[in-house]
Amino acid sequence: MTPKPLDYESLNENVKKVAYAVRGELYFRASELQKEGKKIIFTDVGNPHALGQKPLSFPRQVVALCQAPFLLDDPNVGLLFPADAIARARHYLSMTSGGLGAYSDSRGIPGVRKEVADFIERRDGYPSDPELIFLTDGASKGVMQMLNTIIRDEKDGILVPVPQYPLYSAAISLCGGSLVPYYLEEEANWGLDFYNIHQSVAAAHSKGITVRAMVIINPGNPTGQCLSEANIRELLKFCFQENLVLLADEVYQQNIYQDERPFVSARKILFDMGPPISKEVQLVSFHTVSKGYWGECGQRGGYFEMTNLPSQTVDEIYKVASVSLSPNVPGQIFLGLMVNPPKAGDISYLKLVQESKAVLESLRRRAHIMTDGFNSCRNVVCNFTEGAMYSFPQIRLPLKAIEAARKAGKAPDVFYCLKLLEATGIATVPGSGFGQKEGVFHLRTTILPAEEDMPAIMTSFRKFNDEFMEQYEDYRGYSRM
Amino acid sequence: MRRFATDERCFSSDLGHSAHLVSSSGAAASSAMGSTQSPPLTFDSINPKVLKCEYAVRGEIVSHAQRLQQELQTKPGSYPFDEILYCNIGNPQSLGQQPVTFFREVLALCDHPSILDKSEAHALFSSDAIARARQILDLIPGRATGAYSHSQGIKGLRDAIAAGIAARDGFPANADDIFLTDGASPAVHMMMQLLIRSEKDGILCPIPQYPLYSASIALHGGSLVPYYLDEAAGWGLEISVVKKQLEDARSKGIAVRAIVVINPGNPTGQVLAEGNQREIVQFCKKEGLVLLADEVYQENIYVENKKFNSFKKIARSMGYGEKDLSLVSFQSVSKGYYGECGKRGGYMEITGFSADVREQIYKLASVNLCSNISGQILASLVMNTPKVGDESYESFTAEKNGILSSLARRAKALEDAFNSLEGVTCNKAEGAMYLFPRLHLPQKAIEAANAVNAAPDAFYARRLLDATGIVVVPGSGFGQVPGTWHFRCTILPQENKIPAIIARLKAFHESFLGEFRD
Repeated sequence: MTPKPLDYESLNENVKKVAYAVRGELYFRASELQKEGKKIIFTDVGNPHALGQKPLSFPRQVVALCQAPFLLDDPNVGLLFPADAIARARHYLSMTSGGLGAYSDSRGIPGVRKEVADFIERRDGYPSDPELIFLTDGASKGVMQMLNTIIRDEKDGILVPVPQYPLYSAAISLCGGSLVPYYLEEEANWGLDFYNIHQSVAAAHSKGITVRAMVIINPGNPTGQCLSEANIRELLKFCFQENLVLLADEVYQQNIYQDERPFVSARKILFDMGPPISKEVQLVSFHTVSKGYWGECGQRGGYFEMTNLPSQTVDEIYKVASVSLSPNVPGQIFLGLMVNPPKAGDISYLKLVQESKAVLESLRRRAHIMTDGFNSCRNVVCNFTEGAMYSFPQIRLPLKAIEAARKAGKAPDVFYCLKLLEATGIATVPGSGFGQKEGVFHLRTTILPAEEDMPAIMTSFRKFNDEFMEQYEDYRGYSRM
Repeated sequence: MRRFATDERCFSSDLGHSAHLVSSSGAAASSAMGSTQSPPLTFDSINPKVLKCEYAVRGEIVSHAQRLQQELQTKPGSYPFDEILYCNIGNPQSLGQQPVTFFREVLALCDHPSILDKSEAHALFSSDAIARARQILDLIPGRATGAYSHSQGIKGLRDAIAAGIAARDGFPANADDIFLTDGASPAVHMMMQLLIRSEKDGILCPIPQYPLYSASIALHGGSLVPYYLDEAAGWGLEISVVKKQLEDARSKGIAVRAIVVINPGNPTGQVLAEGNQREIVQFCKKEGLVLLADEVYQENIYVENKKFNSFKKIARSMGYGEKDLSLVSFQSVSKGYYGECGKRGGYMEITGFSADVREQIYKLASVNLCSNISGQILASLVMNTPKVGDESYESFTAEKNGILSSLARRAKALEDAFNSLEGVTCNKAEGAMYLFPRLHLPQKAIEAANAVNAAPDAFYARRLLDATGIVVVPGSGFGQVPGTWHFRCTILPQENKIPAIIARLKAFHESFLGEFRD
């Protein structure tokens, strides 16, 4: 009998190279401990509903009605569903060619794409073309698709911020391309460092890499920083000069916790800058229903919008989308509802606004509680979470701890995070999963645990951290601050 | 687990080592850089594998049909038909098939769990749907259907699916072997990604095949190794043919890694005989091939003398266990009698893989976090339907049997209709949702097609569309023995439309032959 083809050695190397720490070692260990009965606080994934955030009522009502259209004709339906939800369900059903159960257009239901285009126009003040908006099963699928379209071989490089959300590194690995990192400046609030960006590109060129695209995550993940208009202008100029596609991950655009830098889309700035940039720079923007104050991760709803891509390229992207037939229809409806929510005067408007505000205001408070909490801990420094859903504190690990980690065969931040998990049940993701400068360690946690649980969580963390530092501190020095 | 793996791939991680700054854009701030190079994302500069990939089911003829449809709306009466009939795609509910009530009740309740606690719910939903929704929600941490789940899918739902598989096959199934995906297609892509290292890796595919396979192989840079099904033998699979193709490929330096078997077949509709299945299993074991068993049409069987046997069941009944055969079985909520295409629900069951390979499969699944929860719930419902004694059992069974018997009648009606056409032969659709008639076209028609640079079956299909509004997919989209022509037509239009469709088809075909008679 011949050896099996799917032996580990004979797997696609690109698959083996992939690392996705968000569901990696810490998550496994946390799941094991949970099975053993330990109480785990999962702060490892941006998964609001898993930590008690309630779904908004209106979208759930609408989608439930779309699932069971026979309810619409039932005389009792008004007992459980408000009239505007009923009307909206009819509206979405009429946009489909067979309700939720039929494959839609491979790009998504045209009516929903129009709603997205209208939303973009209201948000930015520039018209948007529904034909250039493709709905996907979550933003991640869209990112994968775009990177697969761009990357031809390992000589194609993609500029990615470090620290980054590891979907990018994973997708680039899978597509067989090269990740060209640009380091964000922790001391400057995770700001952009154009000197570093130019250096990275130059170094890539000197190795025969063609840099094709640049990823920006705004607000940042895991870092949370919000880009200013000036930042985005500089980035667009850079992409114009270097001939790069700008991939703008804007999934956290609703999650803003400071007022100095409200969200502004890359597309708006692109058009503000006028020609040649507004006509030449190729841009793909990503959004989702998983984040914001909706947090509907499990629906897998998202879209990407293409700007300045030639129509032949758009056709090819459409062709590949058609192989997967269509994005899931309920997810598309969630997206439609997110970009086109009830308006003032609608029956459900006040409740939706109330629910939304409550979530956002609480997130803002939790962003502060967590940042302040970390900053009050020994050897921990934490930039404020300006946006998104995460806190990314730097842990200044004593050399003894680093040595102990090495002895245990673990990266130092993995070692720390595992100990934190075992001691407190708090599941985080080590900074190495996102990338960081050599010798500097972080962990990523979310600001999603319920507000009333936050103080206890921070106390628990502080206690662990104090004990850890006590155990491993001596006066030989620390990891770089 | 590995740390940030891109350290291996990143080229500027050693900061500060370069003595001078080589800035490629230093002095070029105001130069019109964009005009000296073509922009990054042009047709010429995108991934060539994307260019190579084709998917005829939603290809050119469909785009043309959509244009016609728009014209019909703006200028009604401009064509000799008043609607476009999409017979190109297995999308039952877009052609009027009703969803299964019980499934939709449960899904609606899971989407909006707060109504479960209201007494009014009983006025709107059957009590077993309410009970099932509660049971399902109890399996979901925090009853949060909006949260990302475990990357293989919610454990309790996988348990239910494993139980359903075991009840179907009479052999145990393991929840850890199941990966819930957004439809079966993403699971197929995952396996191709894993299996294909370069164009030297080949995947055996039936010809004709469902073009997801050819598209996925192209996207992942592999080679499709065709094995022809025998039209004269009811689209039978001849193992000696497969063996020859395998050896042929190997002699050309191709490492053949897996074989795709679609059972029931698409577009061909044949249901494999047990003996055939045993031969295939034995062949895979002997040749060290992964068996990729596309079983999404397992509930669509229309003939008395055949039944569905999963490849897992066949393998286990032959005494083959995990050590003997690497098997991936795909199932979906899109087909069967439920036809829930738009939900994107499905799974693959993987058996016979080592732990380190399974870890890689898990890792791939985790990058996308998880599949949509509603689809996961639906997959568990499909594999665990109402039982005798449940409130919904009778109505559920009536709906199911109604749909399946209607499909069987439509399959027969269309098969007979195609066979009644001059120069057309059509094998029976034993299962699935399609007919794949063969066109014996007159030479004149073939020449006319060549003159406009069209494949003869594409030429025929286009003429058919323009004359009748009926959209079918040319056989070239699926592969066929060179020099033979076919098209794939679904059996899905509503039963009351079938007579009119048949009439229009007949009229068109007669007129076409009249035009091109030798």
